[in-house]
Amino acid sequence: MDTVFGIPGGAVLPLYHELAASGIRHILTRHEQAAAHAAEGYARATGRPGVCIATSGPGATNLVTGIADAYMDSIPIVAITGQVGVAMIGHDSFQEADITGITLPITKANYLVKNIRDLAATIHEAFYVATTGRPGPVLVDIPKDITTQRAAFHYPPKLRLPGYRSRVEPHALQVAQAAAAILAAEKPLLFIGGGVITSGAHEEVRQLAEEQDIPVIMSMMGKGAFPETHPLFIGMVGMHGTVAANYAVCETDLIIGVGVRFDDRVTGKIEAFAPRAKIIHIDIDAAEIGKVVPAHIPIVADARQALQAILARLPEKKEHPAWRQKIKVWQDEHPLRYDECGLKPQYVIEELYRLTEGRAVIATDVGQHQMWAVQYYPVERPRSFLSSCGLGTMGFGVPAAMGAAIARPGETVVAITGDGSFQMNIQELATLSHYRIPVKIILLNNGYLGMVRQWQEFFFERRYAYSEMGGNPDFVKVAEAYRLPARRVTTREEVVPALEEALATDGPYLVEALIDREENVFPMVPPGGTLNKMVTGGRQ
Amino acid sequence: MKRTLSVLVENRPGVLTRVAGLFSRRGYNIDSLAVGRTENPTISRMTIVVDGDEQIIEQVCKQLNKLIDVIKLSDITDDPHVGRELMLIKVNADPAVRGEIMQIVDIFRARIVDIARNSLIIEATGDADKIDALENSLRPFGIREVVRTGKIAMLRGAKTKGMEASGDGTGD
Repeated sequence: MDTVFGIPGGAVLPLYHELAASGIRHILTRHEQAAAHAAEGYARATGRPGVCIATSGPGATNLVTGIADAYMDSIPIVAITGQVGVAMIGHDSFQEADITGITLPITKANYLVKNIRDLAATIHEAFYVATTGRPGPVLVDIPKDITTQRAAFHYPPKLRLPGYRSRVEPHALQVAQAAAAILAAEKPLLFIGGGVITSGAHEEVRQLAEEQDIPVIMSMMGKGAFPETHPLFIGMVGMHGTVAANYAVCETDLIIGVGVRFDDRVTGKIEAFAPRAKIIHIDIDAAEIGKVVPAHIPIVADARQALQAILARLPEKKEHPAWRQKIKVWQDEHPLRYDECGLKPQYVIEELYRLTEGRAVIATDVGQHQMWAVQYYPVERPRSFLSSCGLGTMGFGVPAAMGAAIARPGETVVAITGDGSFQMNIQELATLSHYRIPVKIILLNNGYLGMVRQWQEFFFERRYAYSEMGGNPDFVKVAEAYRLPARRVTTREEVVPALEEALATDGPYLVEALIDREENVFPMVPPGGTLNKMVTGGRQ
Repeated sequence: MKRTLSVLVENRPGVLTRVAGLFSRRGYNIDSLAVGRTENPTISRMTIVVDGDEQIIEQVCKQLNKLIDVIKLSDITDDPHVGRELMLIKVNADPAVRGEIMQIVDIFRARIVDIARNSLIIEATGDADKIDALENSLRPFGIREVVRTGKIAMLRGAKTKGMEASGDGTGD
């Protein structure tokens, strides 16, 4: 941890006074929510904890969305908030908010430090809890007067966490059952999620897939956990998953779920999810097992350890030619496709992929552009696709990209966003400009809250209730006002030169593409529908 | 299906909020919750009676176990245990019916702890069935107020639901 993100204010003035002399780098965001997302971006891109700081009251409440986002996607961040003085707590003092109460259901743990002697141990415990087991956000609320007192500093402080179990060994019997089930399966499917990336199990996943000839599907959180150009990869599963992946789920006789939580966007109608399959569910969080789908073989453990244990019981290689062939036919019959006329968002992303050779770190916002980014920017490496998957937070993309660019200097970091999401944290253009953070923003502008409009088209009689973004600014001029170079493209031909210029320019850059306004994301499983009943394109 | 959970928790501010918040957030039905400190002042015990099917009970236990402040959780429903609840009940009692009420109190081995001109306060302990039966027997007289603690429970015999915990003692 070398960088923190935040905004100073009354209750954290003493803390900031010392921070400025500490040698820790501080990035001044323009809204506390962006500080939380930037901390998330930092953590998602590296696996190291991200840190954000805000003052009491509104500063702290502005962090809430970012904290909730980190909680849903199991991202280790530590939020440090100022609080009014200990004696003032509970008096509705100026800029007082009960932030430990407010964040109770969206933090893995939170603390109010009421005694200077507890401060060092609490901070230590906060980082320990945030980063171990199933990671997650932790908040430490520090009253102003605590930060002006002095105490003897002992390091490392002793942790006392009798109720916290972060290390769980895979159960030998269940490992044996899992191995036997894998050997017996004729149509196995590896279903990988964010837990694979968190535990660093991508090599083990690859080994298991290759040695046992098991096709791989992913949740959005799993993007990067398996090389998407690999012949065994069949795509994302669920609402906007590939046809082949969704068909495979309906046919498979064994799902090996690793670090996944069977979100409703993945399963569609639960009763119809993987109707023929036995389910092996590997997760470090026991509460995920059986929460949504019953697991026939549960393994509560770190994904990497569990997979290593299973691999050790599978000495023989295996092949599933008939199953592979069946999937291949689905893939050939139902590739991702879009109409080539006009300026299509998919084309912009495909060209971005080509020009960056698939090696950029991508952060997305939330909406149609997010799904197009998943579909048309295949990634090869873990921690190279950062997205707000569980909470679906519009406004996540640019600040998360900022955090990633700071954490991984020298790498190309691209924020793919839409005109709706971008405006939910557009003030961060100032932060990019201030520190010359080299984030390339690709703004896919259709003048709509596009995903909302798409749902209205399909499920609400095309009554586009308040989803059209009237009053959008001239985004190029906005960027320029913040002293960022920017370019707008309106035709196919302009896309490549603009992207080339953006990638060749040092520092931040904005490319705005005025895309086909009513382009939809396909395939699409209607909410609550079954996975093999997809809408696969063409206007209706 | 009602299950009785005996839960050891850290005696820290906010623990009760965390546990109660978990139930409301995830939509579980809590029947009763009683909490007090144990023989070790840094540790409290909660006795929670929860209602739900097997899957819900399993989730409740797993989610509770996940809370860092929860040291140990046992479902003691199927273990032999003593379960008790305390009730205070204020009942209408004209002098004409007092004798009758006192008989009922005797039968249930309850006690009268306060007398006013037209009412009595009765104190009773027992399992939920007994407490319910007493309440029903007193209903014809007119119940003014009922206060119940919720169930507390302890395993029978020498066994204890002890403090041995499997958590992380130290971190790096």
